[in-house]
Amino acid sequence: MFQPSDFDRAAVRARAEQFRHQVARRLDGSLTEDEFKPLRLMNGLYLQLHAYMLRVAIPYGTINARQMCQLAKIADVWDRGYGHFTTRQNIQFNWPKLVDVPDMIDALADVGMHAIQTSGNAIRNTTTDAFAGAAADEIADPRPYAELIRQWSTDHPEFQFLPRKFKIAINGARADRAAIRGHDVGLQVVEREGEIGFQVFVGGGLGRTPMIAKELRSFLPVADLLPYLESIVAAWNLAGRRDNKYKARIKITVHELGIETFSEMVEAEFPARRAAFKGADQAILADLKAQFAPPVLPARESESFEAALNVDALLRDWAARSVSPHHNPDYAVVTVSLKDHGAPPGDATSDQMRLLAELAERYGQSELRISHEQNVILPHIAKADLPALFEALRKGGLATANIGLTSDIIACPGMDYCALATARSIPLAQQIATHFRDLGLEQEIGALKIKISGCINACGHHHLGHIGILGLDRAGVENYQITLGGDATETMALGERAGPGFAYTEVIPALERLLRAYLELRENATESFLETLRRLGPDPFKEALYAEAQRHAAQ
Amino acid sequence: MSKKFIPGVISANDLREGHVVYMNDAGQWVLRLSDAAFLDDPVIAEMWLDLANAQPDKVVGAYLAPATLGPNGPEPAHFREAFRASGPSIELPGS
Ligand code: HEM
Ligand code: SF4
Repeated sequence: MFQPSDFDRAAVRARAEQFRHQVARRLDGSLTEDEFKPLRLMNGLYLQLHAYMLRVAIPYGTINARQMCQLAKIADVWDRGYGHFTTRQNIQFNWPKLVDVPDMIDALADVGMHAIQTSGNAIRNTTTDAFAGAAADEIADPRPYAELIRQWSTDHPEFQFLPRKFKIAINGARADRAAIRGHDVGLQVVEREGEIGFQVFVGGGLGRTPMIAKELRSFLPVADLLPYLESIVAAWNLAGRRDNKYKARIKITVHELGIETFSEMVEAEFPARRAAFKGADQAILADLKAQFAPPVLPARESESFEAALNVDALLRDWAARSVSPHHNPDYAVVTVSLKDHGAPPGDATSDQMRLLAELAERYGQSELRISHEQNVILPHIAKADLPALFEALRKGGLATANIGLTSDIIACPGMDYCALATARSIPLAQQIATHFRDLGLEQEIGALKIKISGCINACGHHHLGHIGILGLDRAGVENYQITLGGDATETMALGERAGPGFAYTEVIPALERLLRAYLELRENATESFLETLRRLGPDPFKEALYAEAQRHAAQ
Repeated sequence: MSKKFIPGVISANDLREGHVVYMNDAGQWVLRLSDAAFLDDPVIAEMWLDLANAQPDKVVGAYLAPATLGPNGPEPAHFREAFRASGPSIELPGS
């Protein structure tokens, strides 16, 4: 299993110590808020609507049982007994006191964790497939590359003053579970004539100007990864617009210059940078690959699981949603839902975190992952252990069988926490989840991705939802825009706005009309909402959203 | 004054704890919006804001939060201020 180096540990400690002094200087008045703010943001500390918020990195979503226990302890000692897992594979603590944050950061450092580069104009936490290292459809484990990128980008001297934040995502499987083309740089592991390399995409991003990344290279050899990334960041660092915060992201640079021109700029940077890398990075990579080598999984029988499925309907329902194929046929990848109907999506109590840690320890090689869909993954579970695991999860309230269904919603914190919000997201997600469960329609509707953001920044990926919901402030009243047809996978698409927004209380009825229309329109029970939408186009769905509403109003 | 003046109260976040605070008639920071000083005069409001900004050792991000005057004191004039005054509208996990 991967362990941070002594150098990394020392760096994290030094940074924690430095931040402790910065907090002390802020509290004794030697630093103004203007001076302190960039320092606290560099350490993942935001000031939100009701409290500070500490954003802790979970690099490439990988976390072990010990670290999960420590997060539970931090939640209990310095927060309100829970944490919020985010679409960027981070965890956020919503209620820390400024005076306690240095202690929290020390407690994180005790287990090799930190909050560095989770915020600010830095190269952020590289995100990846939460099934990495376990999925049956994997070409190569993306995490050694993600870790290499992390080491290269952390405190990189040339990139301390970037025009804006920079997000890289990497996917190693055939299915894209990391939404790579929604990132500044998206890397897809590909294989060409037996050689592993990357398909490189650039210029994706959400926010107020959503864009899907364009292909920059169809095949980049592994050895060229860092110099090529450096060339991309350098080209943007020079050309990126610093005059306007809203035009500073690389997506705008690529859009304004065109992908050809941008590609030429990157290629012009590349030879000198390539020459400067003398192979040390490849030695590190070889070492990382060894550290990320898959755990040794003893052969286990799986017949007992098949037999249990035949007799236990609850297990069967849960397994149908939560169990995915592992590269070892005796094993499975388990997705634990953090979306119990009516609960805030992505929140886990400290008890739940401890239970997950304990189960990972007992059944799962001590490994856990956080998915960008705000759920927790146990990547290596023997099929023979699935019935026992399910029972334990059920007792802990963590066996909701809704992965991929209507209630498996991504929602940003919205106005219940976020200082930038223009409307709430969490209560809408809660109501959608319970509403369709209570109607008994959730199973029938089947595969559906609803994603909700509380403002145009799009932290909830609403553009990528089959149904996206964007909360806005229209003349002092919450108003929600609905987009249709977004897709976060390898067939990525941006949702299109369906029409005028809905008031808070109108959203659920509108969704019900929309989904009932889908049930009428679909060819058969296996055609998903997205497939039906793609076959028919948005018109019949808009009709359901608006014309029906007008008819109702007219009656 | 370039922007149109909207009556309100001085609000900020407490530096140490992060929670929402309001300034009362005595210039002290209090927790309840209804205890805040209601400011409907632009010149006085600006003076109070300067007073608040002169206390960076106590609060962060002081501003004039839109409010109206109700029977029990100031009330939020925008839903954002209503959430700031009353906390998250959802039940917190584990509570
Ligand atoms: C609560 C405090 C948060 C603040 C202040 C915040 C702020 C922002 C801002 C300003 C942007 C727009 C950036 C741009 O387009 O340049 C953004 C984008 C984004 N944030 Fe957040 N965010 C917060 C929470 C979250 C959470 C909880 C998540 C995960 C659920 C998240 C994930 C993202 C993602 C995925 C994007 C859009 C992707 C992109 O960068 O293009 N953020 N955030
Ligand atoms: S989308 Fe807006 S409201 Fe939601 S977390 Fe991001 S910045 Fe806050």
